[in-house]
Amino acid sequence: MLAAHGGAVASVPRFPYIVAMSIIRVSNLSKTYASGFSALKSVDLEIRRGEIFALLGPNGAGKTTLISIICGLVNPTSGSVLADGHDIIKEYRAARARIGLVPQELTTDAFETVWATVSFSRGLFGLPRNPAHVERVLKDLSLWDKRDNRIMTLSGGMKRRVLIAKALAHEPQILFLDEPTAGVDVELRQDMWKLVRRLRDDGVTIILTTHYIEEAEEMADRIGVISKGEIILVEDKAELMRKLGKKQLSLSLQEPLAAVPEGLAAYDLALAAEGEELVYTYDTKAERTGITALLQDLATAGIRFRDLRTSQSSLEDIFVSLVRERH
Amino acid sequence: MAINLHAMRAIYRFEMARTWRTPLQSIVSPVISTSLYFIVFGAAIGSRMQAIDGVAYGSFIVPGLIMLSLLTQSIANASFAIYFPKFTGTIYELLSAPVAWWEAVIAYVGAAATKSIFLGLIILLTATAFVPLRVEHPLWMLLFLFLTAMTFSLFGFIIGIWADGFEKLQVIPLLVVTPLTFLGGSFYSIDMLPGIWRTVALFNPVVYLISGFRWSFFGVSEVGIVVSLGMTLIFLAACIATVGWIFRTGYRLKT
Repeated sequence: MLAAHGGAVASVPRFPYIVAMSIIRVSNLSKTYASGFSALKSVDLEIRRGEIFALLGPNGAGKTTLISIICGLVNPTSGSVLADGHDIIKEYRAARARIGLVPQELTTDAFETVWATVSFSRGLFGLPRNPAHVERVLKDLSLWDKRDNRIMTLSGGMKRRVLIAKALAHEPQILFLDEPTAGVDVELRQDMWKLVRRLRDDGVTIILTTHYIEEAEEMADRIGVISKGEIILVEDKAELMRKLGKKQLSLSLQEPLAAVPEGLAAYDLALAAEGEELVYTYDTKAERTGITALLQDLATAGIRFRDLRTSQSSLEDIFVSLVRERH
Repeated sequence: MAINLHAMRAIYRFEMARTWRTPLQSIVSPVISTSLYFIVFGAAIGSRMQAIDGVAYGSFIVPGLIMLSLLTQSIANASFAIYFPKFTGTIYELLSAPVAWWEAVIAYVGAAATKSIFLGLIILLTATAFVPLRVEHPLWMLLFLFLTAMTFSLFGFIIGIWADGFEKLQVIPLLVVTPLTFLGGSFYSIDMLPGIWRTVALFNPVVYLISGFRWSFFGVSEVGIVVSLGMTLIFLAACIATVGWIFRTGYRLKT
């Protein structure tokens, strides 16, 4: 991103692996809650400067605990975290000044105006007033027209934007988005993705948690998978997506079948819903998915269908296969 | 940055803005309830009471009434200020900000204390409309006003952190502070109590606050002014130590 602005740095060749030194370094981090629940088990993780990192995992995997420790909401039991070289506990001021957090829950000061709450955040993080910056953030998030509205009068999607605006008010280098698109409509989700990319282009490192594979696929440069308090895999997205593999095409039949017709034995087919559904499993990353051929052969065989849908392997399936692969 | 002044200013402003948003609750209602005390105890009953230590009863109760409001309002303001963000979840932002615990405490407690001092002065003004008043030691009066407001705002802050429900938020003010204030000599001199009860009363910290405060008005007091000041400072120090411990351990704020 420096190179893009020209000047002396522009001549420096961009060696991705030299530029990409880590901005967050999590070492041997563990968290055991008072209840005895072990939410994180010796987690090691490096986030590279300027990347979008998606932390993927089912509910209760430890995503929020990990973020909460890095941001200062939860005390670690052991281990350490460096944010841009600053220990999050010993040098909490320097570390936290660099970090913005958008929490999962829509927690806002209902009676405040949008403008006041975003300006408040900037002050809280130790920066002098800067109406121009606040204005820019609000405009970027399409909140400018709502600046004098009280937060309680806003829709859920708008409140989510307010939380993002608050997190960006102090110009953080690192932005955590905890489940940013949970319960968010399609339009806002698209806007959010656009915003995240723009921030990345500005040099902000973004860490988002999600349990939607599609979201990680759409957004991330790298993906970490966390399960039961352990990071079980960190990989470039492209590489991981190749591994994630399988997709299924389900055809709702007009007439139920007793068995898969012999003429279609070449396809990976199975019957479901008492013969009313034909399920075709294929590899999205393969050169040919075989869907065109299958549909032609179905027509030839006189099998007609009412409806069709495709589904991707669920995250659970992927976990199972990842964990199995690992042991 | 050695001190995050911007954060302290932001919190302080935020808290003060909250007061002006609810002027009925914050200013008008305490003034009305105090006026009612003056009408009932000062004008109606007070006219039939003897002067205490040479001070007419209506005037005598003024310092006690101000203290009563100061204590309850300091606690209410500060406890709510920190409890509400915990309740709604907006506390996440404070916890994730580069703010030292003592900066947050100064800002929150400072705002709560500012409101109650302001309120104390309003009540004092209201009182002059009902009874003749003089303040013999105005600087001491302001010092006691300030120390009491700070101490009980801190105390309220601790309650706000400790409370995990609205009931707990109310329980200490209702079951502990209000009785101690009423029994602490708001409406009488503890010298009027029979022997043993006077001794018991000396275990009530509020006695020292009211006594010292009343001395600053009329130059008479039940206990020595130095003792009053000392006890106030001890209570203040105890509250500061407790708040420090809370933030160092993350008690009820961080898991």
